[in-house]
Amino acid sequence: MNILEQEQLLLQGLAANDKKAVETIYRENYLTIQSFIVKNNGYPDDARDIFQEAMIVLYEKVTSGSFELTCQIKTYLYSVCRRLWLKRLQQMQRYNPSAESIDEVVSVEEELDAHEKRNADLIVMENALNKIGEPCKSLLEAYYLQKKSMPEIAEFFGYTNADNAKTQKYKCLVRLKKIFFAQYKNGG
Amino acid sequence: MDDTLLLDAIERYKKGEMTPEEKTFFDELRKNNPDIDQMAVEHTFFLNELERLGERKLFKHTLDEVENTLVNEGIIAKKQLKSKAKIVYLWNRYRRTIAVAACIAAIVSIGTAVLVTIYSDKKKENNITWLKGQIEKTKEDVAQLKKQATLPSAPFITKKQFNPTFRATGFLIDISGYIATSAHVINNANNLVIENKKGEQFIAIPVYVNKNSDLAILKVTDTSFKRNNILPYSIPKNTAELGEQIFTLGYPREEVVYGEGYLSAKSGYSGDTTSYQISISVNPGNSGGPVINKNGEVIGIISSKETNADGVVFAIKSKNIYKALEEIKTSESIKLPSVATIKGIDRVHQIKKIEDCVFMVKGN
Repeated sequence: MNILEQEQLLLQGLAANDKKAVETIYRENYLTIQSFIVKNNGYPDDARDIFQEAMIVLYEKVTSGSFELTCQIKTYLYSVCRRLWLKRLQQMQRYNPSAESIDEVVSVEEELDAHEKRNADLIVMENALNKIGEPCKSLLEAYYLQKKSMPEIAEFFGYTNADNAKTQKYKCLVRLKKIFFAQYKNGG
Repeated sequence: MDDTLLLDAIERYKKGEMTPEEKTFFDELRKNNPDIDQMAVEHTFFLNELERLGERKLFKHTLDEVENTLVNEGIIAKKQLKSKAKIVYLWNRYRRTIAVAACIAAIVSIGTAVLVTIYSDKKKENNITWLKGQIEKTKEDVAQLKKQATLPSAPFITKKQFNPTFRATGFLIDISGYIATSAHVINNANNLVIENKKGEQFIAIPVYVNKNSDLAILKVTDTSFKRNNILPYSIPKNTAELGEQIFTLGYPREEVVYGEGYLSAKSGYSGDTTSYQISISVNPGNSGGPVINKNGEVIGIISSKETNADGVVFAIKSKNIYKALEEIKTSESIKLPSVATIKGIDRVHQIKKIEDCVFMVKGN
């Protein structure tokens, strides 16, 4: 198996939220990123944040379906982390031009912009969920986030049958939708 | 079709749970009914968002788990304890820089301290003369007095026994018996008395002494002290103007002496902003005397004069009195006069009224 095939497998694992695959990617890349960040005005804690963020970017890319591996995972993660970290340094006004090194990087600007937009959207959704209150929040989370079946939910939440739970779920869903779109159209 | 059914249909359609017939029917419905189609699009988008949030949460959970595993293996550093670990980390990282900075700081501060000591203090001591009048005395007198005297307020000291070693000026700032004077006047004095122009003496004690601003406030403790009805001058908070005509009353000798001059600078010796420079003829004993303008406002208190130049006198600003009152307001209640009744009358009459409020300050 050559390197490309191995990486392809890893990415498939990542897309399926497979712990083994995630762990392998961590083991192979984390320390490089940490030493980059510590060298550039950061702390190990910053490296943990940045690396997680980069992993999410990679995850979004592989689950979007349109992903093609144009470079090694290593290069991709490094490029994303580097960009994310420089951005954060700029926000903290500790920008350090020496980080503009000649390391091999690929352009990730567009992907990061899209990632930021997605993050903003998810925050809108999360806020909406937090606003609808219980039991709606738990009910919707059980069904849509944790993918529990309707009979399971009916039992757990104490509805007489699955149909009752379903009606309740739809009522909650309509409310959530209202709150979500109200905020979404206001630009979050 | 009601909303719940529609939503359910959209969800099943999205998940591919519909039978082929149902699917055809639903596609037909969407095609013919733009409202339903719009709703289907919107709802699909909404469900996608919701599901993505779920996926993101699950993935985040995996990331945290992996991170924990690696932390336990020691591959990832443990989260830093916010305070101490961070300081140690910073220390290790910057200790060389800190050492260099500390050395420079030490050199600079020592150097500055040395220079300040060499130049400023010496200069001040040499170039100005406190205007406190020394009174000739014999050592025997002092020795005898010291046997009897303890504290300035000691009630058993009678005025007859009192042999003063210095003389200065002070003036009433509150009719109940508070007198402002210079701090250097009462420096180390064991006993203090104030004397009016008729020669009547009253025992006083210092309630405020500030050597930096050279201001002292005395309180007359003698019950025989006769109160004035009203103070003829006022004490302003603001700064006086350059060129203002000013005058003073004081006791450079046993007799009250009048002096006249003008305000020559808004700052005092070496740019000291808490005092004025005035041009007036004064002598030792004038210290503590009021500097009054033509409106009857006490703008300052005479403090010192430059040794090498004639007519260069320094007076502390009246603002300092307000500062002093602020500091002692808990123990002493003093109300400064705010209206000058002598405003607009001629100088001779002004002086007649002020005279009663200006005292000789004597002590040993």
